[in-house]
Amino acid sequence: MEERKRITLPLTKETIGGLHAGDRLLLNGKMYVARDAAHQRFHEALEQGKTLPFDPDGAVIYYMGPAPAPPGEIIGSAGPTTSHRMDAYTPELLDLGLAGMIGKGARTAPVLDSIVRNKAVYMAAVGGAGALLQDRITSVRTVCYEDLGAEALREIEVEDFPVTVVVDSAGNDLYKTEPAKFAGAWKKLRGDEE
Amino acid sequence: MREIDSSIITETIADLCVRANTRLSPEQEQAVIRASAEEISPTGRAVLSDIRENLETAVRKGLPICQDTGMTVVFLEVGQDVHIDGEPLEDAVNEGVGQGYKKGWLRKSVVSDPLDRINTGDNTPAVIHTRIVPGDRIRITVMPKGFGSENTSALKMLKPSDGEQGVEDFVVEAVLKGAPNACAPVVVGVGIGGTFEKAAMLSKEALRTAAGVRHRKTRYADLEKRILDRIKDSGIGPMGLGGIETVLDVHIREYPTHIAGLPAAVNICCYADRIAEKTI
Repeated sequence: MEERKRITLPLTKETIGGLHAGDRLLLNGKMYVARDAAHQRFHEALEQGKTLPFDPDGAVIYYMGPAPAPPGEIIGSAGPTTSHRMDAYTPELLDLGLAGMIGKGARTAPVLDSIVRNKAVYMAAVGGAGALLQDRITSVRTVCYEDLGAEALREIEVEDFPVTVVVDSAGNDLYKTEPAKFAGAWKKLRGDEE
Repeated sequence: MREIDSSIITETIADLCVRANTRLSPEQEQAVIRASAEEISPTGRAVLSDIRENLETAVRKGLPICQDTGMTVVFLEVGQDVHIDGEPLEDAVNEGVGQGYKKGWLRKSVVSDPLDRINTGDNTPAVIHTRIVPGDRIRITVMPKGFGSENTSALKMLKPSDGEQGVEDFVVEAVLKGAPNACAPVVVGVGIGGTFEKAAMLSKEALRTAAGVRHRKTRYADLEKRILDRIKDSGIGPMGLGGIETVLDVHIREYPTHIAGLPAAVNICCYADRIAEKTI
């Protein structure tokens, strides 16, 4: 396994500038957790001229809605959800200083443009690895929107939380570059076998 | 006539909900292990290694494999010589789902109305498919279906002239479009024939097939293999980050259809094709 870089949160512009698509990171520090319904409320707040319930400057949002915490645990399984459902709300958050996002799956063009314009970063955690990622969360605090249950806005602290940089601040996008590298590889392999 | 009390159905469903969400079937786990051994992309290998570590962590800590513990799909094959005492059957099933999601600390992801979107708080109602079959037993299958993959599923009413090639192309295109968001390596269920809703149902039923089992008819077994190879050729790889292990298996189920139609449905599931079943 190649080396993983340890990164401390929140992210500074210097840190982000040193991250490249394909880098495997271990995140340490605080991040926010929000998904569909919380994003809709962020958008409604901004539309009404109100401030966000968190300081977006340098912040990282993890797109996730956890399972309930069993006895003796602080949170249940906690893997990423599909990011593109948040795309309609993302550019305005990036414009307000949001530095990074963690989710899974490709983003649409307006988000990719906004990532480059604002020098931000998009990271992927392994989808369906909810138990493994839960194991790296050391504290959980509900910030607001408690009525949304699994979709409430939370602040969590993580230790060696594994992610991969999938879109860097220069706009390099692993979802575009990597499949192209392996297209036809299986055909060649099975051709060799036949 | 055999009498079965509805409380036994409730208890069984509750246990199956917890079991399905916390561990994969041995066949499915073997499929993940094979993929992680055969992947050629370094990023893909790293993803699959995390997935294997996750399966171990879930068992060790008694946690669900994935926080999306799904909408609960329940298949009931009820013997026609069974009489169910007590609660109405569907109430007994839903009570079991509610109990299972509570005691297993599983996420409640169901909203009461698709437009109002208020969480029901106990993951009910389940989606229940009941068939009456010969015999005096009830076979209960619980399939928690996550929506990262469910959202990428598709159905098309093809023309008879589109033929086998048309079905193959439709399925491959749907999977290639959906795989990165569906938590690849995916499992693909394909339904061919019947009517609009029958094709969808067949594609869901196909996901019940154990990993590695090929269709008993050569024509369909060959089609499964061709679809599998074309998806692997794409290079999409685990989680869409490049590689050959984009799909673990493809299963087809077919049914007679109308002279004017060729319905085809594809139901996509993530690597965690979670199924637990019991016959009572």
